[in-house]
Amino acid sequence: MEYVYKRFSLAVLTILFLFSNNIFAAEGKYVFKAGHPSLKEWLLPDTVPYPEGNKPNKARIKLGKKLFFDPRLSGDGNMSCATCHNPALGWSDGLPTAKGVKSKVLGRASPTVFNTAYNSIQMWDGRKKSLEDQAMGPMEATVEMNMNTAKLFKWLNSNKEYISLFKAAYPGEKIAAPTVSKALATFERTAISNNSAFDRWVKGDSKAMSEQQIRGFKLFVGKADCAVCHSAPNFTDNGFHNIGLASWGNKNPDMGRYTQRPLRLMKGAFKTPTLREIERTAPYFHDGSAKTLQDVVKHYSQGGVVKTNLSPNMTKTKLSASERDDIVEFMRALSSPYKAISLPELPLN
Amino acid sequence: MFNRFLVIATCLILSSVSFAAEFEVGQKNKQFTKRSLTIKAGDVVKFTNEDPFFHNVFSLSEIKTFDLGSYPKGEFKTVTFDKKGKAEIECAIHPNMRMTITVE
Repeated sequence: MEYVYKRFSLAVLTILFLFSNNIFAAEGKYVFKAGHPSLKEWLLPDTVPYPEGNKPNKARIKLGKKLFFDPRLSGDGNMSCATCHNPALGWSDGLPTAKGVKSKVLGRASPTVFNTAYNSIQMWDGRKKSLEDQAMGPMEATVEMNMNTAKLFKWLNSNKEYISLFKAAYPGEKIAAPTVSKALATFERTAISNNSAFDRWVKGDSKAMSEQQIRGFKLFVGKADCAVCHSAPNFTDNGFHNIGLASWGNKNPDMGRYTQRPLRLMKGAFKTPTLREIERTAPYFHDGSAKTLQDVVKHYSQGGVVKTNLSPNMTKTKLSASERDDIVEFMRALSSPYKAISLPELPLN
Repeated sequence: MFNRFLVIATCLILSSVSFAAEFEVGQKNKQFTKRSLTIKAGDVVKFTNEDPFFHNVFSLSEIKTFDLGSYPKGEFKTVTFDKKGKAEIECAIHPNMRMTITVE
């Protein structure tokens, strides 16, 4: 009997030892050790996905880059795609919400282009399926780039250099909305973040993340439950949630996804953004109401502000100040080294 | 005469009840466990959430419009499909979750 008791005690002590060394997490699903196979789901696919009929190549990227930086794609000739999606500002604009034609303040933040290639749905309200579907939208919107697209295509079809670029990129196809969209989408698919400290840690570099960042990751997938929506591998579920922002309490608030799917649950719901490169894309939320990552984590820790149609997947989890710091530190591990982008020489008028 | 009518009516009701079948569709790993399902008019589909977070089930299809709201792991809701045709079923929270039910 005494022998059995000793064996049992030894087993209990062994389990306690393992847990105390944090080799196994309470969260169960993952082993928080650099390079452990349980973490692999957080690695993005090696090949960037693209739709049928728009396989990326050098000519398409070259054309897409020129179009992306060309302000002549806007009505006043002073706004390019890069105005709101500036690679030097995390492929966003650093503003709470975007500014459109004549600096008109718009209702929603400019989402980053980083890793939109992996999104299965685009825009804050998911009204566009792919980058190709989305590309003409800002040009056509009178409050955004306000471009007369008939005039645009007439000009592109008369510009010798653009004619030659389109011919090389999409031989046999017209210079029109489909080819402009495909070229822009192809260039946008080069804005990839997949070499962050977190990625390197997942691949096996035990020094890539600090102890605090690993603690933050444990909280992220465990107690704080962030990964329910900011899920692997691109830190988004491509889903829609009302996260109880203060602006939801405004008179005539932005209804978000409800405009596309008229269901009660979708009132005030917006698409879960990726958290990759999050440090570079402040301010946060679709209304730009959070200035810092600390503000973001505080918001979730208190379970939202206006809770009249709160996402059922958003649970209030009281986090201590140090736990909030750990999560913020973890999110700082989601940036890859900065990739400089050279400005393209644009075709002459 | 009345008794005979009663017997026939009861038989008809029972026979129609016995034809209604129940099909189960799970919601697991942010997917419906079936991408398509063929049923008969009057059959019932039971949607069970098997994920550790909330899902929704809705359809805005012509043959059946419904919104089951949201419910957590282990819970289920049922829908009876009365009309013939095709219904696109989705989760509003996770739009990648889609399936088609063909009612014959």
